[in-house]
Amino acid sequence: MAELKVRIWRGDAEGGAMQEFTVPARENQTILDVVTQIQREQAPDLAYRFACRVGMCGSCAMEVNGRARWTCRTHVKRVAQPGETLEIRPLANLPVIRDLATDMAPFFDKWARAQGSFQPKDAADGSVPAEFAVVPPTSKKRAQADAGIECIGCGVCYASCDIVAWNKDYLGPAAMNRAWTLVNDVRDGGNAARLDAVSGDAGCHSCHSTQTCTERCPKNLDPSSAIAGLKRTLFWDSLLGRR
Amino acid sequence: MRQSGTQLWAIQRITAAFLGIAVIVHLVTIMIAVRGGLSATEILARTRGAELWFAFYAIFALCAGLHGAIGLRNIAGEWLGLRGRGVDALWVSTGLVTAAFGIRAAWGLYHAG
Amino acid sequence: MPDRQHPTYIAFIVHRISGLFLALFLPLHFWALGQAITGEASLEGFLRWTDNALFKFAEWGLVILLAIHLAGGLRVMALEFLGWRARQKDMVAATAGIAIAAGILFLLNVG
Repeated sequence: MAELKVRIWRGDAEGGAMQEFTVPARENQTILDVVTQIQREQAPDLAYRFACRVGMCGSCAMEVNGRARWTCRTHVKRVAQPGETLEIRPLANLPVIRDLATDMAPFFDKWARAQGSFQPKDAADGSVPAEFAVVPPTSKKRAQADAGIECIGCGVCYASCDIVAWNKDYLGPAAMNRAWTLVNDVRDGGNAARLDAVSGDAGCHSCHSTQTCTERCPKNLDPSSAIAGLKRTLFWDSLLGRR
Repeated sequence: MRQSGTQLWAIQRITAAFLGIAVIVHLVTIMIAVRGGLSATEILARTRGAELWFAFYAIFALCAGLHGAIGLRNIAGEWLGLRGRGVDALWVSTGLVTAAFGIRAAWGLYHAG
Repeated sequence: MPDRQHPTYIAFIVHRISGLFLALFLPLHFWALGQAITGEASLEGFLRWTDNALFKFAEWGLVILLAIHLAGGLRVMALEFLGWRARQKDMVAATAGIAIAAGILFLLNVG
């Protein structure tokens, strides 16, 4: 059977290097299949993450030939022809725990810093509100919120963003996409503080619209538009004295 | 409290809105001025004693100076790691000094002997 | 080198580099024009000094940089203020077109 050359980054927070493996080149296999084969049969100490393996959880995200992807949804033939080498690295812009497993804490810390959690206007103490909130799904705000709520926090956009790489305080596309869904949630009462949290050099004003996040999102979400929306809201609110 | 990043972004976009129009005017003016070679006589015939051209170029210079300086600030922060309130103040000053040179030049063209 | 080939990324780099050159050029430009302060003759003297191929080439380059920076900037502002996201890639192409048009117009006019 034909073979596939695979180079995998091995190491930890102190540093590491690429290690080369060879795997059988099967007709239909995903990058995750390849990594699993290597861990099971060649390098039992290879550290990597996956869970659902069917493109629902986002745990298997890694850098494949320089681009962040879900490895369970990336067929080898789409990224490497026979004779070419596959290069697999841990997700960029995150600290490495070991080999292909990164520490997602900074990603979720920024999510929290962007105030990416729902704060109910009614019954803020957690009690059940007396009435259902009536939110027409086709209303402009709800449509804008709905465009971003499918995010599962996989980190691909964060790993793909150059501003995240150049500016360590930058909240990143996912956190701000989430903030935008909440800014558009008419039931949410926390927007004064949230808009403050996503403004400035650490927030939306450092986005340069490279739109790599939107290009790479495996769920076809559009963090670029969400961030542009935050800029717009902050600009007009400030100009018109609402803030 | 408004962060400096927010304010500088707003200034850059507001100056950009003016520059959007000013640069189109400028490009058209350039295309016409270079015909037959640049000549001081031609340029000054247009700008000498012309209040509107002076006002246009003065505001143009102010906007361009600030817009450029804020852009440089972003590049320096992201690619050279140069950040902080002191650095911001330096860039804004640079922008204002550049603008001052531009306004001085506009005045020269308005007042030329 | 990580994969950075999509049009809006290249447009960002072009916008940044053109802006960098323009920002560095601007003080020189203002200094040159400031020659007018010492009178028509001194401005004329300076302009004659720029009457050579190298200078004209630099002027042509600057016109293109200015046009490309303007067009790219309008594209970014359209995304940020108007939410125009559907045709961003088309706008990148249009930006390149505007820059080429400006370059051609300059060559047709420079004398």
